This record gives sequence, structure tokens and C-alpha cells, in this order.
Amino acid sequence: MSHPKATRPYKYSLAERLYLPLLAGLWITLKHFLRNVFRRGRSYTIQYPEERRNYSHRFRGHHILTARPDGSLRCVACFLCATACPAECITIEAGEHPDVNIEKYPVVYDIDMLRCVFCGYCVDACPEEAIIMSNNYDMAYFSRDQSIATKEELSKPYTYDASKLGYRPRYPEEEAQRAAIREGVVDLVGEARKRHHGGSEAKAS
Amino acid sequence: MPLLEKYPPDSVVPVAGLDQPTWIVHRDSLKELAAELQADSASGFDLLLDLCGADFPGRPDRFEAIYHLYSVERKERLRLKVPVPEDDPVLPSLAGIWKAANWFEREAFDMFGLRFEGHKNLRRILTHEAFEGHPLRKDYDAARRWILTEDKVYRPQPRPDDGESDDDMFEQMTINIGPSHPAMHGTFRVVAHLDGEVITASEVEIGYLHRCFEKMAETHTWQQVIPYTDRLNYCSSFINNVGYCRAVESLLGVEAPPKAVWARTILSEFSRIMDHCVCNGSTLVDAGALTNFWYFFQPREEIYGLLEACSGARLTVSYCRIGGLAEDLPPDFEAHCRRLLEMIPGFMDDIERLVNKNRIWLDRSVGVAAISGEEAVNWGWTGPCLRASGVANDVRRDHPYDLYDTVDWNVPVLPGGDVYDRYRVRMLEIRESLKIIRQLLDRGMPEGPHIIDDPHIALPPKEDAYNQMEAMIYHFKLIMDGIQVPAGEVYSMVEGANGELGFYAISDGSGKPYRLKVRPPCFPIMSTFSDLIRGGTVSDAVVSLGGLNVIAGELER
Ligand code: SF4
Ligand code: SF4
Repeated sequence: MSHPKATRPYKYSLAERLYLPLLAGLWITLKHFLRNVFRRGRSYTIQYPEERRNYSHRFRGHHILTARPDGSLRCVACFLCATACPAECITIEAGEHPDVNIEKYPVVYDIDMLRCVFCGYCVDACPEEAIIMSNNYDMAYFSRDQSIATKEELSKPYTYDASKLGYRPRYPEEEAQRAAIREGVVDLVGEARKRHHGGSEAKAS
Repeated sequence: MPLLEKYPPDSVVPVAGLDQPTWIVHRDSLKELAAELQADSASGFDLLLDLCGADFPGRPDRFEAIYHLYSVERKERLRLKVPVPEDDPVLPSLAGIWKAANWFEREAFDMFGLRFEGHKNLRRILTHEAFEGHPLRKDYDAARRWILTEDKVYRPQPRPDDGESDDDMFEQMTINIGPSHPAMHGTFRVVAHLDGEVITASEVEIGYLHRCFEKMAETHTWQQVIPYTDRLNYCSSFINNVGYCRAVESLLGVEAPPKAVWARTILSEFSRIMDHCVCNGSTLVDAGALTNFWYFFQPREEIYGLLEACSGARLTVSYCRIGGLAEDLPPDFEAHCRRLLEMIPGFMDDIERLVNKNRIWLDRSVGVAAISGEEAVNWGWTGPCLRASGVANDVRRDHPYDLYDTVDWNVPVLPGGDVYDRYRVRMLEIRESLKIIRQLLDRGMPEGPHIIDDPHIALPPKEDAYNQMEAMIYHFKLIMDGIQVPAGEVYSMVEGANGELGFYAISDGSGKPYRLKVRPPCFPIMSTFSDLIRGGTVSDAVVSLGGLNVIAGELER
């Protein structure tokens, strides 16, 4: 076969031997340095956690169990989400609902957040829009027990804030509205900074 | 092609393969045939792409060893299947013919218990020493766990084998690098025997990140495997999604709609850029050039922003579905891409001006860990590392898929074969990727759906699933039973960021993959590592590992 049998020698030019291109390099780093100092808006560092990136409305974060207008969970314990889940991290126990129009409800609904791979398959699978995702990615635990999110934690009301919603079924007519919420998503860093310094950021409880 | 008549009757039987020519070979004729296939200039199957086992408990010969061969020059593929009986699972080792077979044979031994006669070091490779049984055998319970105790840990003791050690001017010593070591980019372990500062022998230990992806795939439906593929090469997870979905699509005989194909091509190229940024950035850091790392990571950060706007996740995107994409593209997709096209070249210019002619970097990389094209092919290399050794081999060009044959781009090839040219090839490829993306954007986004309209493959739209009985039933069926993929087998490949990423899928018609083998591009590359670093210093070894772009998630699956 005709593949090259040897590797080639590299010849250093005179400038290379004298380390001259390093001067050009120094100029480049100096340019970046000056730009970061004098035009702080262009620096790429985000002062997390005060500043945060502005994620899209498809962000797959912590799950939310949605509720009916009367406050009860929409979930009918059909197990579709648990079946679709590739990480097998959803545990559901079904119970008979007192209201005869609604067949079942989940007595237990746990998601093991350490097992979850945040793929969104549960959201895709749910026929009731009972489970959606938020854009909350702050998840840290002191023990493995804490990582299991129970029904109560999954249905905390603060998560209904529209700007905190993440991956959920998408309706084309809603697209413009969502685009307005995440306007500026192209300039993620600038947006994060604006929100922080504009003082308008709502503290996530 | 070799003359098949000279083999005993029934020992080499060509059968019709769905995707590529397939020969069923008797194990007694295997070695002779392989040697002939490799050396014969007319056939010239000089690249052993993949070797894997498969288990069919019902058959008289329970196991099968499957070899995927490739002819770089003629761009032809050939699959050899060797049936192996259960009571005597022995085959001849082909490590003397293709060096690439060395690790692949160890893997097949580890996973299926196939024994390769003549292999010098047939040890487990992905699982640990206290592991009992062979995980990919069908009768192995996927939930079994084994604990590795201190007394069973294997302790590599590399010794130079060619009498180099009689020079006692310097002290001889053995050092351990990794598995948790900043130079090891992941979880590899290298035990090196040193003479002074020169490595005279070394042994590479892998498997610390092994999770048996292939067994997990067998216990899940075809759709559920997609999030797992994210975790193969996690620096460019989107390309893995595409590779896997294309394999299943070709088994199903369907094609993604034009919009999905268009977006897949663009996002694959962005993922490739990202992967090259990580690889080159970290290689340069290993050589002490930290500044470039920041310049590489700023565009990468913004590409993550694009992927997140599409899919909802930065790293593990899971954006492809079988038959298309998970969701329609966001309305500002094109604007976002254009902005990236504007910003990336500036950073690349700065990096190239910083290091391309910088003597410190040249001294560290030129001629280091050099490998000739011929050797690299024999070791099973593909992708940018092979192209840096002067062999123009690129799946996108040689076996075009998606839209690669409709755009104008080049395959960069450099002759050096060393760390420096591996870095340069990646820089050139970033520019080519940008060229591809720009042309596709100029062409405009195709109209139409983002996923095929077939309720047996893709979930119906949500509104329909809520409101129409029929869609609801399809929704339930698809989630409960999974996609029903017809029986068959296919080897489907895409150009991953680090070489040919192949998915070899066998379906038996049930809702789950019967066997899914990934051909990880960095596996054969890593198997060369011990040879590459012999004779160099420890600091050379560190720089060369970065340049090979070995990703543990994909290496160890
Ligand atoms: S996001 Fe994926 S892994 Fe997590 S609970 Fe849902 S289906 Fe399971
Ligand atoms: S969350 Fe949805 S899919 Fe899961 S059990 Fe409840 S209703 Fe069914």
C-alpha cells in the first residue's frame, strides 16, 4: 500500500530559531488583556452565582409536577414517564382518587436526582402535561437520601414563574411569546450581566 | 480479492449483507485469509476497523466473532463473521496482522470469553480482575456487581524487553501516572519504566469509566439508548446522537426529513469544532501554553449556548431522535449560527499567531510521538490523527452522508505524524467546518417538519396526543413497546471528531437492540500509546496523550 512510510523533518526558520514570533504572541495577549480591562462588557467571565447565564426555555433542569386549578396534581399515575425513563429513576405508587372522574393519583412520586440524566423523556411521555422541567440547575446534596425529590418538592409553587420554566411540551403558537421571554439569548453573557447589574433579577427562593 | 477456491469448501462463504459484503469464515481458515486480505495489494484491507463478539445462545455455534475491515485506498468494506462453539471458544489471534486487533481481542475476551490463540497478553481490559463471567453474554445478569478487593488488584510491571536496560548510567525506576492525574485527561493509568527520564517500557490500564454501555443498550428500547450515546465522546455528544440515529434509521429503512438533515450537518460541524477546541486547548495546556485554552474555550462556550437553545442541555444534548430531531429548531437558530461564524475565526487567528511558529511549542511538539501513515493504518487509526500522518481518510468525503457531498470543502492532510501536525490538522479542520456551515446557512433552512411523520417511529405532536384517540394510542404504544425495528444487522458510520465512529447494530425484531457495538475511534489510537511514548521522555508522553484526543467515555464505554 502506498501510505507514507516516514514522517517529515521540520525545518525551523531563522525567526523561529530566534524566538521572534513570541513577540507577536505577547502583543496578542496584551491586546486581550487591555480589552478585558477597559471594556469590561466584553470579558467572558461570569461572576457566578451573582451573575448567571440566561438559559433557553428548553433547558432541562429540575422537574416540576404541575397542578390543576384546584391545586391537586395533574398526574394520573399512568406510569408512562417511569416506563420511558432510560435511567429508571422515577418511583410511582398509585392510589385511587376520591373524585370518581379522576381514576388515579400518585401516592408516592419520587425522582432520584442523582440517577436522572435530564433527558426530558418523561416530559415527552406524559399524556397529561403533569410533569415539566424548570431551568433550575442548582442541585447539590449532602447525602444520597436528600437527592430523592419527593412529590412535595417537585410541586413547589415557586417553580411556576414563567421565566423559570424549562423543557416542556411546545406549541408553535406559543413560540413567539417564549422568544420574547428569552430575548437576548444569543448574547448570553451580556444578558446575564444586564440582569445582574440592572438589579431586576428576581431571587429564586 | 484473494481466490476463495483454495480454501477448504464451506470455510469461506460470501453471503448477502444488508449494508456491506459479508463472508462467513471458518476459524481454521481465518488467519490465512486475514493475512492474505491485509497484504494482497489488490484487496488491500489494510485497516481493521472493529472486532467484536456476539452471543446467539440458540445456535449450534453459540458465539460469533465479527471483524470489520476497510480498504483505505479503495474505500471498500468487508465484514468477516467467524462462528465459535461454546465448549471451545478459541480463535487465532490476528494481532500479528493488524496491530489494532491487540486491544480489540482483549475486549472480546473480556466481554464474551472468546480466547485468541497466540495473543501475548490476553487479560481483561474493560472490567477489573475480580470480575467473574463475561458481561455481554446473554445469560449474564446485568444487575450483577463485583467488588474489587485490594489483594486482587493487578499491578502492572512493565519491563523493557529488548535489552535496552543494560545502560546503567541512569537510575532505573517505575512510576505510576494516573488514573487521577491532571495529565491523564480522564481516567487512564500509565505505568512507565524509566531509564533516567526516558521511558523504556510502559503499560496502559484503562477501564476506570467502563459502564458497559453495550449491555445497557440491550436492556433498553431503541429510543432510550440515545441519552446513553451522549456519554460516549462527551466533547461532541451531538455527533454520537447522529451516528446512532443513522444506524437505526438504516435498519428501519427510513430517512430523516431535509430540515433535520440540514440541522444535523450544521450541529455536527459545530460539535466537531468544539471537540477540536478541547483537544487542542488541553494539549497546549499540557505544554504550558495556558492562554490558548481561554481563547479556545470562549467559542466553545458560545457553541454550547447554541446547542442548549436547541436541545435544552449543553453537554448531553440528546437532540436527535430516530427519524429526525427531538424538537424543531429555535426561531433564532440561523442568527445564532451566524454570530458564531463571525466570532470563531478571530479566536482561531489569535491562537495560530500565538503558537504556530512559537519555538517553545515547536520544541515540545515537532517530531514527538511521530507515527508514519503505514503504521497508523495498521494500528487502526482514523480521523484527524491519521490525516496528520499523511493518509487522506475521512468518512464525510469517502462515504458521504447527510449533506457533506453537496458542499465544497477539503480534507486537510499533513505529513508529519507528530503532535505538531495533529494540532495543525485540527486547526485546519476547524476552518473547513466553518466553511461547511457557512455554505449550508447560505442555502437557507429547508422547510418542513423536523421529524418524520410516522407514528410507529416518532411520537405524535403533543396536541394530537391529548386530543385525538388514535394519536393517543400510538403515543402509548411507542412508549410502552418502543420502536419495532425489523431483524437485521447494519454497520453505520459517521466521521466523529476523532475518527470513524461506527455503530454496529443487530436487531432481532423485538423492541430492543439485540447487540449494539460501538466502534470508538480512540480505542485503537489509545492502544498504540505504549509504543508511541517508548523512547521519549515523560513530558513527551504527557503532550502526546493530549494530541491523541482520547476521551474516556468513549474509550471505555
Ligand atoms: S429527565 Fe430522563 S432520566 Fe430524568 S426522570 Fe425524566 S426520563 Fe428519567
Ligand atoms: S407524570 Fe404524567 S406520565 Fe408520569 S405518571 Fe403522571 S400522568 Fe403519567
